[in-house]
Amino acid sequence: MSRLGAALGRFGGQLRLFGNPWRRQRLPRDLIAPSGISPADLANEALAGLFARPGRMSLTVLGTVIGLAALVATLGLSRTAGNRIVGHFDALAATEIVVSRSATASPDASALPWDSPARLERLNGVVAAGNLSTVNIGTRQVSTSPVSDPTRQTEFKLTVQAASPGLFSAVRADLRSGRLIDEGNSTRADRVAVLGPSAAQKLGITGLEQLPAVRIGDDVYLVVGILNGVARQPGLLGAVIIPEGTAQRDFRLTSPELVVVETRIGATKLVSRQIPHALRPDSLRGLKVASPPEPQRARDRAQSDVNVLFLMLGGVSLLVGAIGIANVTLVSVMERTGEIGLRRALGATRRHIAVQFLMESATMGLIGGVLGASIGTLVVVGVSAYQSWTPVLDPLVPFAAPLLGALIGLISGTYPALRAAQLEPVEALRSGT
Amino acid sequence: MISARRPPIIELHGLGRRFGTDPPLDALIDVDLEVRDGEWLAIAGPSGSGKSTLLNIVGLLDVQTAGMYWFDGIDVSGLRDSQRAGLRSRAMGFVFQSFHLIAHRTVLENVMLSEVYRKGPRRYRGERAAAALARVGLSARADYLPTRLSGGERQRVAIARAIMGSPRVLLCDEPTGNIDSAMTAQILDLFADLNRGGLTIVTITHDPDVAERASRKARIVDGRLREAA
Repeated sequence: MSRLGAALGRFGGQLRLFGNPWRRQRLPRDLIAPSGISPADLANEALAGLFARPGRMSLTVLGTVIGLAALVATLGLSRTAGNRIVGHFDALAATEIVVSRSATASPDASALPWDSPARLERLNGVVAAGNLSTVNIGTRQVSTSPVSDPTRQTEFKLTVQAASPGLFSAVRADLRSGRLIDEGNSTRADRVAVLGPSAAQKLGITGLEQLPAVRIGDDVYLVVGILNGVARQPGLLGAVIIPEGTAQRDFRLTSPELVVVETRIGATKLVSRQIPHALRPDSLRGLKVASPPEPQRARDRAQSDVNVLFLMLGGVSLLVGAIGIANVTLVSVMERTGEIGLRRALGATRRHIAVQFLMESATMGLIGGVLGASIGTLVVVGVSAYQSWTPVLDPLVPFAAPLLGALIGLISGTYPALRAAQLEPVEALRSGT
Repeated sequence: MISARRPPIIELHGLGRRFGTDPPLDALIDVDLEVRDGEWLAIAGPSGSGKSTLLNIVGLLDVQTAGMYWFDGIDVSGLRDSQRAGLRSRAMGFVFQSFHLIAHRTVLENVMLSEVYRKGPRRYRGERAAAALARVGLSARADYLPTRLSGGERQRVAIARAIMGSPRVLLCDEPTGNIDSAMTAQILDLFADLNRGGLTIVTITHDPDVAERASRKARIVDGRLREAA
């Protein structure tokens, strides 16, 4: 019964409510419950405020777009460029070993054997090896003609280098015309020569059709090949290169000066340790084995230099973008004083006002971040495509950039949002229209 | 019967509001006032008399420096800022002289704003706002921007926003101050209609004609309120 009575009482209350909608009864504790705004409503209000002036918002966001595009592009390009430098470095320096005599050891204990290339090529990890010696030709000069022409220089002071056949592949020689010195030339001590490109230019030899020859002192050497370039031992570019056997016979070369070794990537450390045992097991300390520094360190150094500069550029752009957002949000707060007053009258607390403005500025930053990251990534891909590089970009960067943009917007919006929250509703309603 | 047993909606006792310290300015002095359910009270007075200050305190937009204020039996001076905001959003509707509509939102969206800070569901909010617009006779303008409306229409939108949440009291600050006399009559008719429906209205005005339409009149001069005959 009492239940029925209660139900009837409720029904009666509702009847009164229908009769007079403004007299709806609420319990006091319901009336004074704190006001609140749902996340969906907050997002809706912030976005509506943001897109009320699309032109201004676009211009404001532009600063962040440029800043983040610069940051993403510079990070990507520095990685891409760094990767290219390191790639170049890896391919050459990290696979090179040069063996020479130790300066401190006696000549006997440090002499390199003639068959060094053959011994080293048996080591696992060695790709190519060759002897290289500078030939002492005394006061003799190099010329192309037996006749001295008084009107122009015909004799030159050129370096003469003696090479074993394997040297050319060890220095990655690129042949322009003719052929390289082979094993037979060396064994028979043939008087043949290969010219480096600048030596050939100096001597006026452009091709091999006329069977050109060079004279070293009084001996004539037939030019069998002209090089285009070498990746290692740049001294070869300006040298006359003769077979090792010929240098032994004509110039009394007693032992090779250097052995140039090309290894597979990553094998230099191991091969360097094995070389003394392979060449001079009787005199392990007589040889000097030089390999370049660890490539990883070179990579770090090259990249940190480039990155610092680029990051500073991106940082400055971002700072400008942040100031832009702060400025515009502040102006927006001033312009919307009346709206802030109205929202307070409708039940917004200071916190609601602050959060709405923070959300607006953070959204501006986020939009700037998304656009900036996209443009930056496109720039990296575009420049790489133009330069034929492989674009390298940390996969985190395009995703972190929008978050960074939102954070910048949030920080930029903090002061304006606090200003908005501090407005007294009465003052705000009076000054705003 | 029921309203007689209940406390007044608004009860002020010895209320004072002092601004500044050097020298202090007393905008309200020892104000006693009771507003009961269903009344339409007009408070008239010249500008600077303190009537806006009184309305701001009644609307919980400002806090008194002396005296007591009970709203629906609740002593509001002990409430936290968020509770006062909650009370504003649920129990009070505001109508301002300058309308305070958001220019870039449609008429319907402006009315819907009334419920945003109640943390309520968004479901049927549009329908409720449309019903409020129908109540003020502006259903046809729901999709307009406020800039396309006349002054009288704008004020009717503001009234729709104020009544959408079924407030206990409608607080009007010079509601006809910015509109012409023909429109003023329409707005006052609307207030009379709402009041007949049971809505309690407190309006402040310096216009005697507006005050004349209210069921109960008071006058405020130099911060002191006295009841008119």
